[in-house]
Amino acid sequence: MTFTPTELEAEGAAGGEATGDPASSSPPASGRRLARAFMRDRAAVACAAYILVVILMALTAPLLVKLSGYGPLEFDQAAVDPNLGGLPLGWGGGIGTDHWFGVEPGNGRDIFARIVYGARVSMTIALLATALTSTLGVVFGLIAGYFGGRTDMVISRIMEFLMAFPALIFMIAVLSALPAENRQALLVVVISFFGWPYLARIVRGQTMSLKQREFVESAKASGASSAQIIFKEILPNLSSTIIVMTTLAVPGYVGTEAGLSFLGVGVVPPTPSWGQMIASSVSWYAVDPAYFLFPGAFLFLLVLSFTVLGDRIKKIAESGEGRA
Amino acid sequence: MTETPLLRVRDLTVGFPTAAGDVEVVKDLAFDLPRGGALGIVGESGSGKSMTSLAIMGLLPKGAKRSGSIELDGTELTTLREREMRSVRGDRIAMVFQDPLSSLNPYYTVGTQIAEAYRSHRTGVTRREARKVAIEAMERVHIRDAARRVDHYPHQFSGGMRQRVMIAMTLSMEPDLIIADEPTTALDVTVQAQILDLLAEIRRDTGAGLILITHDLAVVSEVADQIVVMREGDLVEQGTAERVFCDPQADYTRMLLDAVPRIDDEIGLLRTTTEEDR
Amino acid sequence: MIRFLANRLLGMAVVLFLVCLFTYVIFFLLSPDPAVQICGKNCTPEAIDQIRANLGLDEPFLAQFWTFLSGLFVGRTYGTGANAIDCVAPCLGYSFQSSQPVTDMILQRLPVSATVAVGAAVLWLLAGVSAGLVSAVREGKFTDRFITGLTLTGMSVPNYVLALSLQFLLVVTLGWLPFPQAVPFSEDPLQWFMNFLMPWIVLSIGAAAVYTRLTRANVIETLQENYVRTARAKGLSPGLVWRRHALRPALTPIVTIFGMDFAGLLGGALITETVFGLNGVGKLAADSITKNDQPVIMGVTLLAAFLVVVGNMVVDLLYTAIDPRVRVGSAA
Repeated sequence: MTFTPTELEAEGAAGGEATGDPASSSPPASGRRLARAFMRDRAAVACAAYILVVILMALTAPLLVKLSGYGPLEFDQAAVDPNLGGLPLGWGGGIGTDHWFGVEPGNGRDIFARIVYGARVSMTIALLATALTSTLGVVFGLIAGYFGGRTDMVISRIMEFLMAFPALIFMIAVLSALPAENRQALLVVVISFFGWPYLARIVRGQTMSLKQREFVESAKASGASSAQIIFKEILPNLSSTIIVMTTLAVPGYVGTEAGLSFLGVGVVPPTPSWGQMIASSVSWYAVDPAYFLFPGAFLFLLVLSFTVLGDRIKKIAESGEGRA
Repeated sequence: MTETPLLRVRDLTVGFPTAAGDVEVVKDLAFDLPRGGALGIVGESGSGKSMTSLAIMGLLPKGAKRSGSIELDGTELTTLREREMRSVRGDRIAMVFQDPLSSLNPYYTVGTQIAEAYRSHRTGVTRREARKVAIEAMERVHIRDAARRVDHYPHQFSGGMRQRVMIAMTLSMEPDLIIADEPTTALDVTVQAQILDLLAEIRRDTGAGLILITHDLAVVSEVADQIVVMREGDLVEQGTAERVFCDPQADYTRMLLDAVPRIDDEIGLLRTTTEEDR
Repeated sequence: MIRFLANRLLGMAVVLFLVCLFTYVIFFLLSPDPAVQICGKNCTPEAIDQIRANLGLDEPFLAQFWTFLSGLFVGRTYGTGANAIDCVAPCLGYSFQSSQPVTDMILQRLPVSATVAVGAAVLWLLAGVSAGLVSAVREGKFTDRFITGLTLTGMSVPNYVLALSLQFLLVVTLGWLPFPQAVPFSEDPLQWFMNFLMPWIVLSIGAAAVYTRLTRANVIETLQENYVRTARAKGLSPGLVWRRHALRPALTPIVTIFGMDFAGLLGGALITETVFGLNGVGKLAADSITKNDQPVIMGVTLLAAFLVVVGNMVVDLLYTAIDPRVRVGSAA
């Protein structure tokens, strides 16, 4: 994991909390205002750009690979030197017009193609896991926070239980024991299973304090049903928190998938994954550092972009709410 | 014969730099407070009344610009170095703030916080002495069972009691001037009266000057002999309480007075000081 | 207070029980038949049956679970007769692959994990809080933004990438540090220290980044509190205002969060230990997963969960001790 869940939650809480001033009647964060402020922030735009590039890479992978000439699973023995144990020929691990990012030692697979397809894996799993986690987190958080009482107790116990679990060990154990089919879907499920409580806890806390606010009271007084109150009054006020937490969760999941693949229980080879490439690169580092640097850099930059983006959004959302 | 006023403010201006240029929240304010006098500064939100008190204390937020003259008993405050100003604060001028719950540190006992100023401004104060000072202060503000409650924490007191604690904090150093910024706004009406009585009593007993800042004319009428009316940073009216209430000169003052609901008013539209009326 | 404690203990027990149950069920369903594993090659069906009977594997699930659960408290015995193996309490299981009680295996490796955890924790706490303080005091200025940039970077590097990078850089390329070798402290303190240096750095960077941000946010927020204004209005010295009215309220929550993070780390930093070849609990877990040594995996999982739950409770207790609002009820 890139950082422990406590820290993710602390991040969310430290910035995502409402200013806590009961007298403040800040309007819900306006999406348009957020967007406009966002456009003005250079760092945020740069990060968003990189993310878009990666997403594009992932989406157009088959096309890109046609352009570059080699697929991710093709072996190119001509690019490696059998006398040196499979060391790639040429500088930088075989960088050249043939192989834009060089080749993997030993089997000569095109690194560019594997990076591009690896992007697919990373983004798909991370985004799906985020979507699932967010949905579960928001739903359970709202329910627990709004209805309180027994419902809250049950949900909170479940959350406590899931958060106490040494998720990484468990995930590795379960994944290694299961067969390799549907591995990506399994990864999403397993990651989300342990991930939703952190968002849910924040949502629950905020729902509980929003519940007390006057506009909820007046909505109740005018006869709105619980569902209406939850969706029309409370949820919009949580939007900035949710956006921030979601954006901050994605890099965590990218890291988690990469970590699991690094440990050998993630995506099944020969499907490329940045984490798995990094794992393989360890034994070659002394002679072919490029094999480590390419996936390492791409992974790092992706996680960094999401993190900085999330941080920027949080700043914008905070300054927007303003202080009373 | 006129003796030196306790507080003399001249040309006080407070401004903040904003994206659209400097904004002045207090403009050329001037007034005198005689020894032992009670001055009420009245105005709506945004009139600059709180800023005035912060300006006097030298506690303006970062970035604020202050100009003009503030003389306390002949000493010019605006030119004092920060260290000298620190010795004035809490010792010669003390302040009571609006929200007693957030104005008290939840981690420390009430006794500690009451005695803090005393221990800070005097040297060699033992813990025993400090505790005694705190208990005495609490008794002066009529907190019962002070010897026991001195070790309680702020959240263990009710709102009115907490405000008494705030007032007790000002007493230990026997200041010449007490500034109370909306001391009763956060309290129930019944408790308000008690706090105001307490302030009046302290003023009588110690001879300290009092500046009471509020938007509530009813509150001011109880306590002040002099009144200053502020509106958007300007001083709009000034005079004795009696004169200002019975014979207001400025339209704005009249509007403020009219806006107070009275029991013998005819039923009609409640006058307010909205934009269209100005 | 007693009631609160009792409540929390009960909650703790429930959570731990659920963890036990959940883990047991999953592994029960997933893991291969241990009898087959033990039997090894040239196994006959009769031998397998015999082993299964010895281990009690032919009993219904609930009975097995009960044996396991009670084993935690009073120990249990595997098999019967001459080959019986005693597993003293707390019996976290028995590893047939290594012929050792799991508890022993864990205890052997706990010191390494603890060393890693303590060293990293000290580093990240010191670094994080100081950087956060500096950042808060210089809010908005260059120092602050620089530190913020560092923290974002620190948070974003996956720790194995960092671990490998450091290792590649410092050991392979520059040769500043030797390859880690397991050496006890008494034998060669310097080597011992250098062994742990990189794991400490790797583990603490991510956490330090988060703690810096946390400290910064807390301090900035606290400085805006009304009671700080009150303190200044009393003419208190800046030092007193800072210590009593700013630092104390700002840093207290951090101490409590720290408790939880530390507890979690004690359960073994799996990835870091694996990358650096440290023989700690985390590596034990990783190895057992590779070898499919189910009892060990279960044992480690339980231990880790236990530590987190206990850490949680310690933190809650700390909070009641530290925050008067929680400790003493209001008497308005």
